[in-house]
Amino acid sequence: MDYVIVLILQVLYSVASLALICAGLAVVFGMMRVINLAHGEFIMLGGFTAVFATQAGIPIVISMLIIAPFVVGFVGLLAEQLVVRFLYGRMIDTMLATWGLSLLLIGAATMLFGNSVAGISAPFGSFKVGQYGVSFYEMFVVAVTVGIMIIGFCVLRYTKLGLIARGTMQNPEMASSLGISPSRVYSITFAIGAALSGLAGALLAPLSGVLPTMGKAFVAKAFITVISGGEAILVGLISASGLLGAFSTLATFATTPVIGDAALLFAAIVLLRFLPNGITGRFFRGSI
Amino acid sequence: MNLKRRSVLKGGAATLGALATPGLATKAFAQDDVIQIANISDLSGGFDIYGQAQLACFQLAVEEINKSGGLLGKQLELNSFDPQSDIQLYTQYATEVATRIQPPVVFAGISSASREAIRPIFNRFNTLYFYPSLYEGGVCDRNHFCTGTTPAQTIEKLVPFVMNKFAGKKVYVIAADYNYGWISARWVKHYVEANGGEVIADEYFPLEVTEFGPAIKNIQAAKPDLIYSLLVGGNHMSFFRQWAAAGLAGSIPMFSTDFGVGNEHIVLSKEESDGMHAAYSYVHELDTPANKAFLGRMQDKFGDDAPYLNELSIAAYYAVYHWAEAVKRAGTLERMPVIEALEDGTPFDGPGGLSTIDPQTHHRICDVHIAEVKDNAFQVLETHAQLAPTDTQAVCNLIENPNENQYFTIESPDE
Amino acid sequence: MILKRTYIELTAVTLIALFALIVFPKFAQFYTIISSTIYVSLAILALSLAFIWGYGGILCFGQAAFFGLGGYAYAVGAWNFDATVYGALLAVIVPTVFAAALGYFMFYGRLSDVYLGVITLTVTLILFKLVNSTGGDAYAIGKAKLGGFNGMPGTPLLENPLTEEVLSPHALYGLAVVLLFFSYLLCKAVLASRFGRVVVAIRENETRAELLGYDARPYKLIFFSIGAGLAGISGMLFANAVFVAPTMFDMASTARILIWVIVGGLGTLVGPVIGCISLLMITTYLGKTGFVDPNIALGVILIVFVLLVPRGILPLLDDGLNWVLERLKISREKSGGRVL
Repeated sequence: MDYVIVLILQVLYSVASLALICAGLAVVFGMMRVINLAHGEFIMLGGFTAVFATQAGIPIVISMLIIAPFVVGFVGLLAEQLVVRFLYGRMIDTMLATWGLSLLLIGAATMLFGNSVAGISAPFGSFKVGQYGVSFYEMFVVAVTVGIMIIGFCVLRYTKLGLIARGTMQNPEMASSLGISPSRVYSITFAIGAALSGLAGALLAPLSGVLPTMGKAFVAKAFITVISGGEAILVGLISASGLLGAFSTLATFATTPVIGDAALLFAAIVLLRFLPNGITGRFFRGSI
Repeated sequence: MNLKRRSVLKGGAATLGALATPGLATKAFAQDDVIQIANISDLSGGFDIYGQAQLACFQLAVEEINKSGGLLGKQLELNSFDPQSDIQLYTQYATEVATRIQPPVVFAGISSASREAIRPIFNRFNTLYFYPSLYEGGVCDRNHFCTGTTPAQTIEKLVPFVMNKFAGKKVYVIAADYNYGWISARWVKHYVEANGGEVIADEYFPLEVTEFGPAIKNIQAAKPDLIYSLLVGGNHMSFFRQWAAAGLAGSIPMFSTDFGVGNEHIVLSKEESDGMHAAYSYVHELDTPANKAFLGRMQDKFGDDAPYLNELSIAAYYAVYHWAEAVKRAGTLERMPVIEALEDGTPFDGPGGLSTIDPQTHHRICDVHIAEVKDNAFQVLETHAQLAPTDTQAVCNLIENPNENQYFTIESPDE
Repeated sequence: MILKRTYIELTAVTLIALFALIVFPKFAQFYTIISSTIYVSLAILALSLAFIWGYGGILCFGQAAFFGLGGYAYAVGAWNFDATVYGALLAVIVPTVFAAALGYFMFYGRLSDVYLGVITLTVTLILFKLVNSTGGDAYAIGKAKLGGFNGMPGTPLLENPLTEEVLSPHALYGLAVVLLFFSYLLCKAVLASRFGRVVVAIRENETRAELLGYDARPYKLIFFSIGAGLAGISGMLFANAVFVAPTMFDMASTARILIWVIVGGLGTLVGPVIGCISLLMITTYLGKTGFVDPNIALGVILIVFVLLVPRGILPLLDDGLNWVLERLKISREKSGGRVL
């Protein structure tokens, strides 16, 4: 019985962390059709920001939830203004440019921070389920992820900003003729996407550590999950990470981590074969 | 070895040394004013954490030799190449080094894959080759010298030490999912059983895994007395963070023969790393006059940029000195006399203690220090003098078979 | 005009190939030959993606999968068969068959665009993970140990099937150049054929092509498989020039092929080859200089490139050529010469 509870908690955490690392990419890809290959490096920057802010004496929760998203969001805004802005509608070129950006950020992080930055420990301690120790921090990550999803839903559904965003994504010309500047919407979207990636990196830093080359591990997984989700940003993200995350964690428990990882990828292939437009291309159509 | 005769005859590494290379004039070392030597170590990409500290050791060793009058009355000049953790660049640079620079010695490679990509090249061009890294053991090649340790060398003493200290019998092994992890895990099993214990489970993780939640639950379910870690690299540090986050830090004693090589005990917090036991031929905190003096020289040369050193980086320092010692004894830079001098042992008393080359395997016989992590540093608990690479010795004898050229997969004596 | 273009291109490529084959080895350093062998073998990989992406519109993120399969198929064959040339054959057959199976799954499922990209990327990463975890001794095919992360050291090298002698480095280089040249000719020939024209028509407008009675699926499938076979050749040469290791399948390996094609110019065959070789040369150079982190330098180059030369190197050269021709024409008109 204890084992089942622990198993469920682990699956919850895996799904939440997968959704978290995908969120930034989902926003940028879902709304702008930009494949951001520097996504992993935004996560990495978020991790470094949280670590440095915490070491500078700022409370860990503030460095993770506020400082990291702001700093990375700002980096994202800069990248958008200096590079990505010129390449809208040219998916291939943005891939090349963001790949360049990714290398640049890895190189810069290696030079500036080095590869032996001391990490931060997970706060909040742990609790026991029978004989098993479980981290409170993992549950905190789950809670924050749920919070982000709720905020995301409210913003998109109920605010003017959300309306404008949805409108621009559906039909930029129409939005433009109604007096909305699509380029501003894109800038803001890209910055928000980057901020979400930064938040993800910050939240994962105490559990995964930070290294200049850490982004590599995330980008492919995130990309695959986001595509499997399909058009609807939020519902797609939740359903895809729920399905893939749960499947791969259970496979890991049952077999080995290699099989677990491969299971995630394999599930995505099967999914896309039968739902070529992602989960939300078939189910929950018209959702956000 | 049930190799086909033909594939040996035509085979990649095996016969390349015998092939003549037309159009390539070999340089006579005697004519140059300076001695050009070369190193190829990753300064960027995933392996940079190992390569950067190695480079510092190469540079310091070369500078020291130059200050003390050089070799054979000439100064050394180090040519450094950064293969960016990419095996393809290893191949290119190794060929360039061997044919353009034609140095009397090359120090190169960190991962086994990189070594196996370039070792045939140095064989082919008769370029003396040093591999300054710890690895799973098994290379048997007269042109190759390894200055790292191999699993049996360190595991043999660490296992009984930790099992006695904590009176533990049931060991859970977690290892990186590649040759190093698999082969080391076999030796752990061998020595645990030899000391009356039992390996109750072994689990292997690919190098890119960062999520250890399921593994941590499995370990708790298995209730071992001890955990042996053969995890490798930055991603695997997550295990110790997640272990501590689950409130388990210190609950089960851990030991390892590679924890710390990637500066794990510095990057991880005190709570996450305290209590880990490890065994190496060198740790930074070694409290000997030789090491203190060495670290002082490091500090003088690099100041605040002086790297934290471990077994992997110090292997670079030992490699240069063993070679230099052999050149002095041989009185020449020519390859064969230097190899023969090295086979006499060329003892060198370095920062980690006395080290000699084992003529049978071309690996190092050296001191091994058992240490415990406390407050982000190693505390040396016990030193064992002059341990030999017994695992590689079991498969390799270059005294009897000087023409052997193999990379053996070593099986533990149980198999 | 278009026809004339083709002739100019063919002549130029043939001349360059002859130069690379005959003149270059005469003065090149030995290590330049080794590096060039690697560059040329990877250029075939760039060509294979340029072919299926630029002309078939198939955005394949998994060209590295066929490249890696080619390398491993060669190594397994070379360890097991008496003559390594059978390994070379396997290196073409295995990726082609694999691509046919994968392509059947994708094209007959009517996947398109970025979804196709994701599936191919995913397949590549699965292969990477699986091959990477074959470290144990149990993972062997016949006499070939797969070796996991460490790759397969000591794989027998290609030999001349007539004399049974191992190819010398110079011969291997020559073989690579010849294979690149013939791969290029093959691509050209396919594109000039009726089959190739249908594929290009499908890329332009799949619905229209289908309404005209062409079933797009088998066309794409065959085209895709040809590209995979070429990538397999590249993997086989790479296995001989460098090494067989799981990194052949990894994300960086996959991404850099896309980069070569974009830098060289999507929609051309020669451009990606140029893009591939020049970027490899830059990377090699950066590792020798040591004053700037190679990642930073390469990153800046890519960003500046995409902003300033968005269509790639070859179209830029092409424009330059046009500009010169245009000038010549004008000056000739002015001097009263005959207008072409």
